[in-house]
Amino acid sequence: MKNDVFDRRTFLKGAVAGSAAAVIGALPQPVPAQQDAPAPAQQDVPAPTQQGAPAPAQSPTSATYAYLNLAEQAFVEALVDHMVPADALSPKGTDIGINIYIDHALAGGWGKGERLYMQGPWKPGVPNQGYQLPLTPAELYRAGIAAANAFCVKTYGKSFDKIAESQREEFLLGLQAGKVTFENGPPARVFFTTMYQTVMEGMFSDPIYGGNRNKAGWKIIGFPGVIAVHYQNVEKFRDKKYIADTLSIADVS
Amino acid sequence: MATKMKEVDVVIVGLGWTGGILAKELTEAGLKVVALERGGMRSTANDYSVPQVRDELRYVQRHDLMQNTAKDTLTIRNNPSQEALPMRRLGSFLPGEAVGGAGVHWSGHTWRWTDMEFKVRSLYEQRYGKNYIPADMTIQDWGITYAELEPYYDKFEYMAGVSGKAGNIRGRIQSGGNPFEAPRARDYPLPPLTTVLASHMFSEAAKNHGYHPFPRPSANASRAYTNPDGARFGACQYCGFCARFGCEANAKGSPHITVIPIAMRNPNFELRTHAWVTKVLKDASGKRVTGVSYTNVLNGEEFEQPAAIVLLCAYAINNVHLMLLSDIGQPYDPVSQQGVIGKNYCYQTGAGANLFFEGRNFNPFISAGGTNVSIDDFNLNWDFDRGNHGFVGGYTIGSGFNSALPIGYRPVPRGTPSWGKEWKAATAKWYQTAMNIGSSGSVMANRYNYYDLDPTYRNAFGQPLMRMTFDYTENENKMGRHAAEMVNDIAKSMNPTTFTPASVRTSWSVVPYQSTHNTGGTIMGTNPRNSAVNKYLQSWDCHNLFLIGANVFVHNASYNPTGPVGALAYWTADAIRNRYLKNPGPLVPA
Repeated sequence: MKNDVFDRRTFLKGAVAGSAAAVIGALPQPVPAQQDAPAPAQQDVPAPTQQGAPAPAQSPTSATYAYLNLAEQAFVEALVDHMVPADALSPKGTDIGINIYIDHALAGGWGKGERLYMQGPWKPGVPNQGYQLPLTPAELYRAGIAAANAFCVKTYGKSFDKIAESQREEFLLGLQAGKVTFENGPPARVFFTTMYQTVMEGMFSDPIYGGNRNKAGWKIIGFPGVIAVHYQNVEKFRDKKYIADTLSIADVS
Repeated sequence: MATKMKEVDVVIVGLGWTGGILAKELTEAGLKVVALERGGMRSTANDYSVPQVRDELRYVQRHDLMQNTAKDTLTIRNNPSQEALPMRRLGSFLPGEAVGGAGVHWSGHTWRWTDMEFKVRSLYEQRYGKNYIPADMTIQDWGITYAELEPYYDKFEYMAGVSGKAGNIRGRIQSGGNPFEAPRARDYPLPPLTTVLASHMFSEAAKNHGYHPFPRPSANASRAYTNPDGARFGACQYCGFCARFGCEANAKGSPHITVIPIAMRNPNFELRTHAWVTKVLKDASGKRVTGVSYTNVLNGEEFEQPAAIVLLCAYAINNVHLMLLSDIGQPYDPVSQQGVIGKNYCYQTGAGANLFFEGRNFNPFISAGGTNVSIDDFNLNWDFDRGNHGFVGGYTIGSGFNSALPIGYRPVPRGTPSWGKEWKAATAKWYQTAMNIGSSGSVMANRYNYYDLDPTYRNAFGQPLMRMTFDYTENENKMGRHAAEMVNDIAKSMNPTTFTPASVRTSWSVVPYQSTHNTGGTIMGTNPRNSAVNKYLQSWDCHNLFLIGANVFVHNASYNPTGPVGALAYWTADAIRNRYLKNPGPLVPA
């Protein structure tokens, strides 16, 4: 856990150099999401004991959010811990920073639609024509979370972060299969696709982006990371397990 | 008002493979050449060094080296009755931007297209009769032959450091190479890369079926190499960050390490980056072009660059777009079938299977563009009787890894949940124990697959976007079904623990990445009624305008296009140097 905390602080130091995070840092600390929204993971997931130490008394993650509001933070934390639960293979989603990855992706250029053609007219089109919403990814996320929570309140009586594990599973499966639709919201499946993509990115992208903390995603699959000088290894490791230190960009910068 | 620059001999629009080759060749011929590149300058040392270049999120997910669709994109639809809508972000194909273009982030597969393509209509009519080719299939002979292009393929392969094994040297079949390839004067400059386990297993299975596997030729230097121009390549490190990435080892044949630096050392050459060409200018007669208009995208200033010769060397789609924006040649109309600009847009098709082998170690992250093995038994093999299956064209089948980076590549068997503990366990189990077999198929031209200008949507310069109308036809579906069947046949024979079979792609979607092999739109041909350019890629309308790129392909083969794109660039350079300069005018009588 020591390394984990160290990494978070290091990461925070780096993030403060960025303007969005710097502004947040200068403001009074927001109330940690857990205080008004019981952390959903507490229901069935114990502290990440596989790291050999209990979770820190106060989560440092709330201070690192740059885009998501409190309700959205609770949604995303519940989402990533549901999709990536703790087990022998890895800590849970929030413990490897997937929520932070998502927040920072939405706060940055991609989230703000920097490469998205944003001129109208806006028409729904057909699926073969791809993304056609008048929303940046950050706007889609915000609208999608609001609509998802509204759906969950209507269906289960509580917002997504407060419903039971089995209800979350049912809701997400319905979203993926196109069975859940949002009234007056963005198309539910488009939201799901974006959401799912960002969870996977947060798990498997280089840790410089805030997720895949301690290279936990890469370690699950044995992806060795960025140093790859395999000229000699093609034959040497043909049909043999390749084992090497997993290295990220920061490890060798 | 636009600032008028001093006239030069040649202006090149776009500085990737073709622009780089022409810049080098024509400056060496003593011509004053200005290249206008809409992106910025990039170099290996400054932009593609480790560890920053090893960033899947940045280069694959976020398209760092690609064109920015916020500024310019296309509208897309499957057929003329649909309303086309903008491709709001990249997906199906990835045009490059900046110095080096897509030549930086390709994976290096370099093929020689043969008379099987260049004489497509004659060959099929001769063997199967005129009625075999569907009425709406607008294929035609290209007006060029393999024999004419052979020395230029050779030149490109030696310049780009292609690793491979010849299958046919001057008519003598070579063991270990592709026995179906057309005769070549000599072997590749470099031996093939070392194959990986997946290629090896596929190769054995293909041999057991009586097929003829061979290492896929690729511009990944299998050992350190100095090309005939003196450009130095490092040896490929099988790093697994190939397509979408610049190569930090200078092992991937790319224009920014070969032809472009040579041109840049020549005092006859000037490069202007961030120079976005908006129009090719014509004189009053409409029979000559006089230069181009461009905007400096760093400050919005507009310029006019007069030139005696204009070369369009941008990405294939953008070359066609510029022709339509500049009103040169008659736009194609699918109803009357009159006009040529925009005609015969083609793409590619494919089908793939995932094979899972408990207990094997594929190490998919140890890979390169050239670790694959292919078979051509359903492609260049003319003994393969298409008549039994009713299609025109062919497909390759291959295996191996180009890259297997974890955001995009995490194969799991069908029925695996998409998240949760079971998903994690399956992801962990299969990442290193899965391989794939894929086919890549040709797309024949069709009357209703074409480009024109969009009536509604505009780019950052207020110009109409290009509109792409495309879908697969029954011909591709028949071929795709056959390809899927053959892929699955080979896959089953390998006795995987489990496998996800290949299936045919029946309708084109802009969403998932498929291939950056967009061809046609300003096709080459034998006369101005059926084509936009002659066999020297010279515009039939304006003799001092040349269009260089896959936009001149009359249809699309199963092979990757860069081999003939590079060869045609050298071929055109020769035609300009040796023929056009002596007597400027049409090189082929109309």
